[in-house]
Amino acid sequence: MHWTAIGTLSDIPQRGARCIETPEGKIAIFRTGDNRVFAIDDHCPHKGGPLSQGIVHGASVTCPLHSWVISLETGKALGADEGCVRTIPVKVEDGKLYVALNLNAERAA
Amino acid sequence: MTEKLVIIGNGMAPGRMLEHLFERAPDRYEVTIFNAEPRVNYDRIMLSPVLSGEKEYEQIIIHGDGWYIKHGITLYKGHRIVAIDRSAKTVTSDQGVTAPYDKLVIATGSVPFILPVPGNNLPGVLSYRDLDDVNAMLLAAQSRAKAVVIGGGLLGLEAAAGLSARDMDVTVVHLMPTLMERQLDPAAGYMLQRELESRGIKIITKAETKAVLGDRRAEGVELADGRIIPANLVVMAAGIRPSTGLAQDAGLAIQRGILVDDGMHTSDPDIFAIGECAEVGGHVYGLVAPLYEMARIAAAHITGDTSPRFVHNDTPTKLKVTGIDLFSLGDFADGDDRQEIVLRDAEAGVYKRLILKENRIIGTVLYGETSDGAWFNDLKKREVDITEMRDTLIFGQAYQGGAPLDPMAAVAALPDDAEICGCNGVCKGKIVDTIKAKRLSSLDDVRAHTKASASCGSCTGLVEQVLRLTLGDAYNPAAVQPMCGCTDLGHDEVRRLIKAKGLKTIYAVMQELEWRTSCGCAKCRPALNYYLVCDWPGEYADDYQSRFINERVHANIQKDGTYSVVPRMWGGVTSATELRAIADVVDKFNIPTVKVTGGQRIDMLGIKKEDLPAVWADLGRAGFVSGHAYAKGLRTVKTCVGSDWCRFGTQDSTGLGIRIEKFMWGSWTPAKVKMAVSGCPRNCAEATCKDVGVICVDSGFEIHFAGAAGLDIKGTEVLGLVKTEDEALEVIVALVQMYREQARYLERIYKWAKRIGIDEVRRQTLEDAERRIAYFGRFVHSQKFAQVDPWSERVSGLHKHEFRPLAAVPLTQAAE
Repeated sequence: MHWTAIGTLSDIPQRGARCIETPEGKIAIFRTGDNRVFAIDDHCPHKGGPLSQGIVHGASVTCPLHSWVISLETGKALGADEGCVRTIPVKVEDGKLYVALNLNAERAA
Repeated sequence: MTEKLVIIGNGMAPGRMLEHLFERAPDRYEVTIFNAEPRVNYDRIMLSPVLSGEKEYEQIIIHGDGWYIKHGITLYKGHRIVAIDRSAKTVTSDQGVTAPYDKLVIATGSVPFILPVPGNNLPGVLSYRDLDDVNAMLLAAQSRAKAVVIGGGLLGLEAAAGLSARDMDVTVVHLMPTLMERQLDPAAGYMLQRELESRGIKIITKAETKAVLGDRRAEGVELADGRIIPANLVVMAAGIRPSTGLAQDAGLAIQRGILVDDGMHTSDPDIFAIGECAEVGGHVYGLVAPLYEMARIAAAHITGDTSPRFVHNDTPTKLKVTGIDLFSLGDFADGDDRQEIVLRDAEAGVYKRLILKENRIIGTVLYGETSDGAWFNDLKKREVDITEMRDTLIFGQAYQGGAPLDPMAAVAALPDDAEICGCNGVCKGKIVDTIKAKRLSSLDDVRAHTKASASCGSCTGLVEQVLRLTLGDAYNPAAVQPMCGCTDLGHDEVRRLIKAKGLKTIYAVMQELEWRTSCGCAKCRPALNYYLVCDWPGEYADDYQSRFINERVHANIQKDGTYSVVPRMWGGVTSATELRAIADVVDKFNIPTVKVTGGQRIDMLGIKKEDLPAVWADLGRAGFVSGHAYAKGLRTVKTCVGSDWCRFGTQDSTGLGIRIEKFMWGSWTPAKVKMAVSGCPRNCAEATCKDVGVICVDSGFEIHFAGAAGLDIKGTEVLGLVKTEDEALEVIVALVQMYREQARYLERIYKWAKRIGIDEVRRQTLEDAERRIAYFGRFVHSQKFAQVDPWSERVSGLHKHEFRPLAAVPLTQAAE
């Protein structure tokens, strides 16, 4: 697994998200109220809404377009809705953020 | 022939006595009541919530006027009895009414103890006994800043908390070393003091009051040690004395109170005494439970049933200050023959102490966690030997017999004669039987039929559990729609508690109101954020992470993730310079669509998020500010050209529209607010389907509100006609402020107005000038913090992170 540095934890507000641009499209990096970090595709399985713009609560985000609730841990839609978004491995070391874009790397290589 | 029953006093005890009496013998007596207070029977226990603003007087009435009419009672309001003639069997009021009796009940209650110190009769010195006192305190709280409460007992602390909730600077002066020393041990008294101090109430213990200072009215309190505490309001809450003067003059036997036997007879067989004025078995009482017991017994004896007899019982004490849980019962003094079990958790603010004698509970003090109070009370009452469960006793009922029980099981395990409601002496069996016999299904029903939880309300949770237990799945408590899945509380309750408890952060709301989730959800967080922004202007720091994306980035998100931007065009009026600036922005940023909106302005759609600050910078240079087209806030004020151009125009509708918009822009509201001003009844600005509209007429301005033209279509209601622009602005601002303070999040004006009543809105914003001005003032204050252009703030760098990607990972790096 190849880890790419993308910034620091403090770049993302608590209960907020920011995006990174990658060759595979936008990935949303979330920081929860208890400082856990998650990365998922910035693309709601419903109608492609930018999940990074939603309200973050617990380990979920509510899509700004039609209020689907997506689990940041599994990428799955919660409640009555069905759908799933890709999750990307992410880690924090010494306050620095890394994502694993190994799938990308294989494809690009 | 019906006999004549005369009652002196119309408090809670005689009210309850009559209920029992009418149940036993509805037609036996013709009842006459003399009430020195000019009103009906209300719940005095609830005066504290009225003082703190959590309840209104109307909500604490026990017997409305209709009840007296229904039972044929003659009620003399505002009549004080001045004489009892026992040989003629008559009473006479200060207003000259004389009434004969066959049976007389004295229920004159108690009088506050006024300290015999200089200055104790100055204006500004009050006691805390009845609604008049509360009204006087509320009046004082409006105009004066400082209050001293003399007495740190139950009543004094409730008064202090209430005045503090009304924004007064409150100091409690207490003679003893710890608060509520008659009900609490020193440890609990100390915790209570800490809690009250953390709410901003100053507390001075071991303080003897020497004098109330002041020339023409109270200006301060002087203590024996020379300290002087400035105060415009002094509340004497140093105790009560049974009111016995009248009985004494009539020659009845008196000691501390009017002496009665265990059937409530005074020394005259035709005269009874009940309530705080009566003394039975050496005790006088001030808590409601024994007073209601007196009422029950008196009713029996008056109707000829002499079997019930009054027996002394310890009554648990609870403090009615929102957010403070406190329970005390029985005897808790130290002694050689006693043992105690203590649980202390300073961090959680929990203190529990059980006092045991010969392996039986004789006293209990609970602070912070009081849910086992009923169980301990039951064990004490039944004198249960606790040897077997001694190890786990202090942890409460849930921990007896192995695995912890859920609260329902705990209630299920209570015996039928366990007391649920201490105030009204209602046991579990009575509630269960009544629910079954009368097929009750709601808490209100149970309150109406059994009185359980109808007085102080602190046992409401227990009563609900009994209901749930009895009805099973048939019980549907959803009378109030909860805000969301994170809480059972409804919007109104949450708004009320935010104010009452002084909650000023989202975290504090969730903590205090026991949210089930760690940080709420996308439904409750924006609502709470709005309530806090509205209720604490200038104090609450807006939490942008709790705002919907549109309000976070001050633009409207579109289906493809781009944004649209609408600058303000005051009253829909624009100019060549403004249009040129918009045209330049459209060219520079390749904005794909430009559209005229329904609110008389111009929308630029399809702007990339990263470009927003640059777009705003250019628009800002041309003088534009945000149009808040994305906000739960003031959107547009649509106008027609009015008397400037139109041959029918009666007033300057354009000018008024611009004035309203410039006054009110930037304010956050529960849902969007759209307005319009039409210059004549032809109504070209379509003001009669707006949240607030004005129709100009020759004689002035007709103010409309509560229209809708979206999901629902609804013509406006007419609020009223005012003569000048100034008045129109004041009324409109007051109306919107009332809506801001009362409505539920996302509730448009028309829905809110329907819920609370068009007349009520009119009464508060048009007819009641004082309220109108108060609403207006609060709006103006709030605008000091709200009227900031969010676009220019962001052009200057605020929330930069919102508009830039965190990182761009190029193909090569990813491929490394």
